[in-house]
This record gives sequence, C-alpha cells and structure tokens, in this order.
Amino acid sequence: MSAVDERLLPASPLRRLLSRPELGSVVGAIAVFLFFAIAADSFLRAASLSTVLYASSTIGIMAVPVALLMIGGEFDLSAGVMVTSSALISSMFSYQMTANVWVGVGVSLLATLAIGAFNGFMLTRTKLPSFIITLGTFLMLTGLNLGFTKLIDSTVSTKTIADMEGFPTAHDVFASTLTIGGVDFKITILWWFALVALASWILLRTRAGNWIFAVGGNQDAARAVGVPVAKTKIGLYMGVALGAWISGQHLLFSYDVVQSGEGVGNELIYIIAAVIGGCLITGGYGSAIGSAVGAFIFGMTSKGIVFAEWNPDWFKFFLGAMLLLATLLNAWVRKRAEATK
Amino acid sequence: MNRTTERTALVDLSDVSKRYGNVRALEGVSLEVRSGEITCVLGDNGAGKSTLIKIISGLHQHDGGTLRIEGEETRLTSPREALDRGIATVYQDLAVVPLMPVWRNFFLGSEPRKGAGPFKRMDVDFMRRTTHAELLRMGIDLRDVDQPIGTLSGGERQCVAIARAVYFGAKVLVLDEPTAALGVKQSGVVLKYVAAARDEGLGVVLITHNPHHAYLVGNRFVLLRRGTMVGNHTRDEITLDELTKQMAGGSDLDALVHELQDS
Repeated sequence: MSAVDERLLPASPLRRLLSRPELGSVVGAIAVFLFFAIAADSFLRAASLSTVLYASSTIGIMAVPVALLMIGGEFDLSAGVMVTSSALISSMFSYQMTANVWVGVGVSLLATLAIGAFNGFMLTRTKLPSFIITLGTFLMLTGLNLGFTKLIDSTVSTKTIADMEGFPTAHDVFASTLTIGGVDFKITILWWFALVALASWILLRTRAGNWIFAVGGNQDAARAVGVPVAKTKIGLYMGVALGAWISGQHLLFSYDVVQSGEGVGNELIYIIAAVIGGCLITGGYGSAIGSAVGAFIFGMTSKGIVFAEWNPDWFKFFLGAMLLLATLLNAWVRKRAEATK
Repeated sequence: MNRTTERTALVDLSDVSKRYGNVRALEGVSLEVRSGEITCVLGDNGAGKSTLIKIISGLHQHDGGTLRIEGEETRLTSPREALDRGIATVYQDLAVVPLMPVWRNFFLGSEPRKGAGPFKRMDVDFMRRTTHAELLRMGIDLRDVDQPIGTLSGGERQCVAIARAVYFGAKVLVLDEPTAALGVKQSGVVLKYVAAARDEGLGVVLITHNPHHAYLVGNRFVLLRRGTMVGNHTRDEITLDELTKQMAGGSDLDALVHELQDS
C-alpha cells in the first residue's frame, strides 16, 4: 500500500520547497549575505564568519526554544532577562556559599527551570494571555536581578568568580574557544547546532512535536482528542528556561562577572528571529531550522554593519525592515503552498 | 438492523440534567445508544444539544440523573476518559488542526511509537500508510496525506475525523452537526460515512437540526427544546412529517404560518 497517488504530480519539488516554513528566511539570508559580501571587504574572511556565527549562536540558542514556544501558540517576554537571572543565580550562589561553581550551575538550572514552569503553570491555570503573564515575569525578574545584586554586592554587577574552584572546567563547557583549521570558533556555536538538531527531531519525529503543533494550531481540537495541552505548554516554557540557562552560563563564564541590568530587550530579538524563520505569530506553524536561519540573519546584520564600518545605529533599521519583509514573504509563500488543492 | 436486541445499551442516559450557575441548560433528558444503531438528537439553536454531547464526551459533568456506559453507572471527568471508554466525539468545527498534515491529524493524541528510551519516536511510515489505507476503506481516496488538513473540503474533514474514530476502536461515535455547514451533495457523502460506521457495528449519536438528514439514517429520535426533552421515538413510531413538525415546534409553527399570512 503506497501513499503515493497518480494525481500527485511528480513535478512538485518546487512546490514542496515552497511549502517549507523556513524558505522565506533562507532567501532573506542569502540576500543579506550577498549584500554584506559586496558592501564589506572583510566579510568573507574565515575569522569574520566565525564572529558572525558566534553572534548568531548567542541569539540562536534562545531563538530555538522561543520558536518552539511560538509554534505552541505562546510568547515569553521574560526570556531575555531570564538569561541574566540564570547567570546571577549561578554566580551568587557559588560566591556566597563559596562552593564549587558547578554547584551554582546546578542550582541555577533548577531555579531557571522553576521560573519557566511558573510561567507555564500561571498561563495554563489562569488562562490569561501569555503576553500578560510573561510581561509580569519580565518586570519581576528585571527588578529582582537589580535589587538582589545591589543588596548583596552593593553594585550592579556580581563579584568575579574566576578564581573559584571549578571555574576552568565550567569555562570550557560554556565559553571556550575551539580552533578548527586555524580559525577560532566559540563553543556556543556547537550548543546552538545541537539545540537546533534536538528541537527539529522533537518537532518532526516525536509525539511531543505533534502536540506542540496541535496546541498552537487548534488548542480546543487538541484537547478534545486527548492531547495534554497544559503539560505541553508548561514543557515549552521549561524549554525556554533551559535555553536561558545555557545562555546565562555562557554569559557568566565568558566574563566571570554578570551585569544585572542586561538582557532587557533581547526577548524581542529572539521572537523576531523566530518570526523571520517562518514561525507563524498565531502559532501552529514554523520550524527550528527557520529560527536558526533567523538568528543567522541577525548575526550577519549586526556584525556586517561593523565590518562595513558603518554606524551600528543602522542595525535597528535593518532589523525592522528585515522583519517586515520576512513576514510578508512568509505570508505569501504560505498562501502559495496552501493553494495546492 | 435489528433494533429489538436486548443487549445493554452502549450509552444510556436517564433523566439527566445540567445547570450552569442559575441557568438550566438541560432537564430530564433520556437517550440510549445501541451497537449498530443511529440515535439522532434534534433541536433548534439553544435546545441543549451541545450540552448533551459535552456530557457524553466528558467535557462537562451532569448534575442530575444517571449516565450508564455498557450498563455501568458512571460520571466522565475528561474527554480522555470518554475516549478510553470507547466514546469518540467529532465536533463540527474543532475536529482538526487545519495547518497540520492529514496524517498528523489522524493520529493526534494517540500517536503510535517505536524505539526505546530517548530514541522513542513516532512511527511516521506506519502513520502515513495507515492514514491513507483507513481513509480509502471509508471511500476517501486522498491524493497526499502530507497536505495540511485545512486544504480539504468540510465534508472530507468530517470524514477523516469519522475514519479516525472508527480506526481507534470507538464503540460510540458522537457527531456534532456533521452536515450543518455543508452543501447538499457533501451532506450526502458524510451521511454515507455515518451509515458505514453504523454498519461496522458502532453506536452513533447524530446531533442535527435537519430532520430530513436524521430520518435518512436514524433509528431513534430524541427531540430537545429549550433544554427539555419533548420527544423520544423509535423509527417505527414516527413519520418524517411528524418529526419535521415536532422539530419545527408544532404549534409554534402553526402560529408562525398564521402570522406570516396575516401580514
């Protein structure tokens, strides 16, 4: 019994390509790449590529779980400051308890996951829009980050933990530099690729992935056929927390101190990367690869402007234009794809 | 169909009532569903049809009366529990997730898996093949099970949902106005699949406000008006004309005819 039918025209690879959620972003990425390859002489050097990939990975690590959450039909405005919170918890716990930094890293993982679970639990319990719930968490975390740091360390940044036990190994895991073929690559690039692979596998090949698409696409239908909607959404928020933990540890171990005011505004960058990557803002559609392409566009634009020796203020303009273009392109592509009938 | 079997009914509601706060949504409704039979629930908007199916499908609990499933008195607490006990509900509008491919929709909530531990994954090949085969068995020859289900017509979507319930071994199929949004031809197609499901031995609850559709396939007819049961007939007790008249409100209709003629 074959699922292929003679009415399904064999000449549809183009159609199939057009129906991929990340197509718009890939076209955009190629355009941006060509643009900067022409505009900035140094853009095509291997070292520049490494810098671009590093910038992309710091956004990409968070864009992946944020994209999954968006496919599941929700937002998380607390994602940006949660990264800072995670770094602060790790740093402060180790410093105050004079413990091995890995203890702080572990405590931070649990605490950050708890914040994610709190977001998900509040959302599924109160049925309020995720915009409101996570805006609340965003503001609370922003306040807690600054308040606690000033209370304990009397300044806006934490004390250095560079001389503490376990720091070298933690630095290796979260912030080291690998040299491949004479070019230095940051380890976050590996974390990023691994997360994209993991998220793609979950989305496309597991039951949980089916549930994520379903709760975002039609929550009531999903519930009616027995999908555990609340569990799926809480899991998605905990996924964002996991991303925040990885990003937070990178932040901490690449500088050994944390600025408590950081992270505000990044939540929008993650969302924009996911949207550029083809995630439907209303949920139920998108991909992890797309979010990676979205993050890559970000990396290219932010660093490309520097390589072209332009004023970095132009970055935001590029971003906004890119977002509009990508969204329009995605909408158009989806319309074409759904007209297969 | 043998309607006089003495086997216990698959689902048996007796004198069931439901209140939402101080609103009486349902009062004293009785209904039975038997294997290989179609029980039609007829009523106008606001008659309590939706409340009734929500009780049978586990979305809401009844306040009064009894609900028996295969003779055992029970109270369903979730759609999952209803499904586990063999009651599958196909809703008019929320049956499917439009942007998801047909095969993902077909198995949603009951995905078959293979592999072990962290490599446990959906059996995608099996899901694709089974979806195509099961739909073909119901008479739907789908071009591509990978197309988003939203690209199918309303009638086809209903049929996918019915095929799905049959495949997952439902004993009772609850259909919420399956023909309401469809044209004449498509309604006929859907009714054909409803009859096919009946012939496979399922008990069917067909909710509709169209007495013609009901009489085409129904064995029992329960009439609701303003939350109360105004009739409960087997097929040999009632004619289509009588059913239509009761459904339209009997004396209310006469009054309306009068009013329209006077003006």
